[in-house]
Amino acid sequence: MLPIEVKKMIVSVVGHENFDDSKAGCLVYSYDATPQFQAMPHAVVSPRDTAEIASIVKICSKYKIPLVPRGSGTNLCAGTCPTHGGIVMLFKHMNKILEIDEENLTVTVQPGVITQDLILAVEEKNLFYPPDPSSMKISTIGGNINENSGGLRGLKYGVTRDYVMALEIILPNGDIIRTGGKLAKDVAGYDLTRLFVGSEGTLGIISEATLKLIPMPETKQTMLALYQDLEAAAKSVSKIIAHKIIPATLEFLDQPTLEAVEDFAKVGLPTNVKAVLLIEQDGPPDLVEKHISLIAEICRQNEAVSVQIAQNEVEANALMTARRSALSALARLKPTTILEDATVPRSEIANMVRAINEIAEKYNVNICTFGHAGDGNLHPTCPTDSRNQEEIERV
Amino acid sequence: MTALEEKYAIQTGFRERMDEDELLNCMRCGFCLPACPTYITSGYDEAQSPRGRIALMKAVRDGMIEWDDDVDRSLGLCLGCRACEPVCPAGVKYGHLLEEARDIIQDYKNLSLPVNTIRKAIFQGLFPHQDRMQTVTGLLGFYQKSGLQTIVRKIGFMKLFPVHLASMEQILPKVPSKKDMMNRPRYLEPAGEKCARVGFFSGCLMETMFMDTNNSTLKLLQLAGCEIIIPKDQSCCGALHGHSGEKQGSIELAKKNIQAFEELNVDYIITNAGGCGAFLIDYHHLLSGDPEWAERARQFTEKIKDFTEILVDLDFHKKAELKLDHQIVTYQDSCHLRNVMKTFSAPRLLLSRINGITFKEMKDAGSCCGSAGIYNIVEPEMSMRILDTKMGHTKASCADTVVTANPGCLLQMKLGIVREGMSDQMEAVHIADLLLEAVQ
Ligand SMILES: Cc1cc2nc3c(=O)[nH]c(=O)nc-3n(C[C@H](O)[C@H](O)[C@H](O)COP(=O)(O)OP(=O)(O)OC[C@H]3O[C@@H](n4cnc5c(N)ncnc54)[C@H](O)[C@@H]3O)c2cc1C
Ligand code: SF4
Ligand code: SF4
Repeated sequence: MLPIEVKKMIVSVVGHENFDDSKAGCLVYSYDATPQFQAMPHAVVSPRDTAEIASIVKICSKYKIPLVPRGSGTNLCAGTCPTHGGIVMLFKHMNKILEIDEENLTVTVQPGVITQDLILAVEEKNLFYPPDPSSMKISTIGGNINENSGGLRGLKYGVTRDYVMALEIILPNGDIIRTGGKLAKDVAGYDLTRLFVGSEGTLGIISEATLKLIPMPETKQTMLALYQDLEAAAKSVSKIIAHKIIPATLEFLDQPTLEAVEDFAKVGLPTNVKAVLLIEQDGPPDLVEKHISLIAEICRQNEAVSVQIAQNEVEANALMTARRSALSALARLKPTTILEDATVPRSEIANMVRAINEIAEKYNVNICTFGHAGDGNLHPTCPTDSRNQEEIERV
Repeated sequence: MTALEEKYAIQTGFRERMDEDELLNCMRCGFCLPACPTYITSGYDEAQSPRGRIALMKAVRDGMIEWDDDVDRSLGLCLGCRACEPVCPAGVKYGHLLEEARDIIQDYKNLSLPVNTIRKAIFQGLFPHQDRMQTVTGLLGFYQKSGLQTIVRKIGFMKLFPVHLASMEQILPKVPSKKDMMNRPRYLEPAGEKCARVGFFSGCLMETMFMDTNNSTLKLLQLAGCEIIIPKDQSCCGALHGHSGEKQGSIELAKKNIQAFEELNVDYIITNAGGCGAFLIDYHHLLSGDPEWAERARQFTEKIKDFTEILVDLDFHKKAELKLDHQIVTYQDSCHLRNVMKTFSAPRLLLSRINGITFKEMKDAGSCCGSAGIYNIVEPEMSMRILDTKMGHTKASCADTVVTANPGCLLQMKLGIVREGMSDQMEAVHIADLLLEAVQ
């Protein structure tokens, strides 16, 4: 329980309706998407503006109460699990897109805006916000910034960090600062903006962000390359990059992952091959055409058994959406999914795939692998059961 | 039971009966949150989300928190629309979890005496008995025909009730006479060449209050080449029971229906109400623990199909000449038809084949209208908020006609039209009635 005077003070800031210390109210904010973590907060608070955040931060700081900012709780590092109790802070009232600036190509948002809502809103104006974590239909910009999230388009377009231009932050002592600005060239002084990106809510609370937009690419094409040999797929990845082509997306999925995803999404993914590469290129039509046929050729030269090009945008989007469900879909196999996030220089991706298989064999665990092959970043994932202590040890 | 004993009994019930594996299948990714109408309408309250509800069920089961009114509230406000299921990559069967939880709560909860009496009257006394349904519907008919309805409306008697119930009274369909209800055919010939032999599940509400719609459905099936058997001993599907924690009652009804259909040697069992169909198609789960019935239930559920699927399978939309006066038509999915029976393209395909109309998809057509069985009566506030959002999308589609595929949705959409004061511009109809009108 919070000290009664603290509760009174917080309620006087946000009102009764935005303070909840009921058991059920706390329980539903005791977890995020991280397996094997759960802890009860003492209260849940939903401020309505920056000033209210600052007041709460001051109270928490004075009484030494842990404060855990929380977007949609989809992170995989227990970042919003209140392991020391305290207060969980929500941004459900602070979820507005404040401005889309078509002259400076920026968008200014509150932290609670859902990533996909932002992407769709700017696309209506023919602008493009590339960072697309697989959780984007529910993740918030506040969460994306604090996890420095990346997604399927990261290979060509980078991660959230590359799009954050300015932040409004409430520091632990309650001071409100602004970093950065709408300037395309902003080089004077310390780069505080970057310090806060990826800080997992440990340095301050972000109450507003200005993000960079780019013009919408003219067209895109999507393809699947099918392999009966994991290492051949991995080798194709290095070869594509070595040919000085940077596709927008270059993803790897192995057979068990394909099976789980297809079981859910039913989009006609091949389940009789050992691995596929999901590749997308965007840009002017002739360039996209040229790159896609070149990539197809490289894949074939590297033992792809078949190369399939999506016939239209609906088909292409279905493939990308299916890929985004991979991690959750693997939960079909076993109740606990332990995901790793390992990155190597992209020339080493074939070695990494081999090493993963050796590890699976050595420890007698099932590992399903998928991920951003083009970045050298794979997610070897163990479907397991947290109730099976012996297996968890091996995992 | 004292309140404390009640709490303890529910907790024990959760520990013993909730399926731990299914609860653990939720990996808490949150992918279901944007699809949940109560999460969105409550302003993003995790306690009103599928992930939150599963976490609460699990916490009560594991003894991490006690059962209390707030947990009760969270589960009570769930629409049971199951929009969270098709979007869940992990394949969590939320509907089954909710049903079991509600059954446990119902078993041990001290309901106030009047509530208990009403529940008993409805669940044991009324719905399982087609003859009594006919009588009640008959009374409603008398009320409408005798002029009493006009008088009651004039003196504003209904104004004494909560606003939505008062408007509800205005939108009830003109009901058939008891005599019509008694003289139902049991067998119908196909109109032309026979393409399939089907059993027709009449449904209790559909066979009484919405008898005209059943007639339209039967005619369409005949035109499509179906030989139709309508077994007399069929019963209410049990959905209202199942969704309200009266599992035993629904099991009895399931057995009765399986018996009524299993000897008929039909290719399909046809429904025209998404709410019933989705419950029928779940009988194998309901009876999975009963060795005598499990296999029989499986055979039954394999045959369940919505009539729109059959019409499409039999190429009705290609053979029949469908035409109506010009109007903009939009389609509101029945949650259970879409999320459980996975029927969403067949109705749209049929509508798009009607000459003369313009079919316009509304935003979020797949999202619940807030009707949800008896939800709009027991949770009027949330229900009306959800309906208001739905009406916003409906109006934006500029539709003259809103088509639905389930009696509850139909009434709710009619209610929405009345509430918006748009009765002279917009109409809600069941898809079977519109299709038949297009044939003639
Ligand atoms: C199925 C699945 C797929 C995923 N795919 C990807 C992927 O492709 N790429 C990727 O990068 N991640 C991925 N993730 C992880 C996660 O979704 C992202 O990290 C996402 O950015 C988190 O957003 P959120 O709104 O849920 O944040 P939360 O989980 O709520 O919070 C994340 C962190 O940010 C902090 N925080 C949140 N808001 C604020 C604020 N306003 N001020 C200060 N700190 C704040 C929290 O304290 C926490 O430390 C995935 C997760 C799942 C479950
Ligand atoms: S989508 Fe499925 S696994 Fe993910 S939180 Fe919802 S119910 Fe759980
Ligand atoms: S059944 Fe409907 S209301 Fe209930 S949790 Fe699922 S989506 Fe939400």
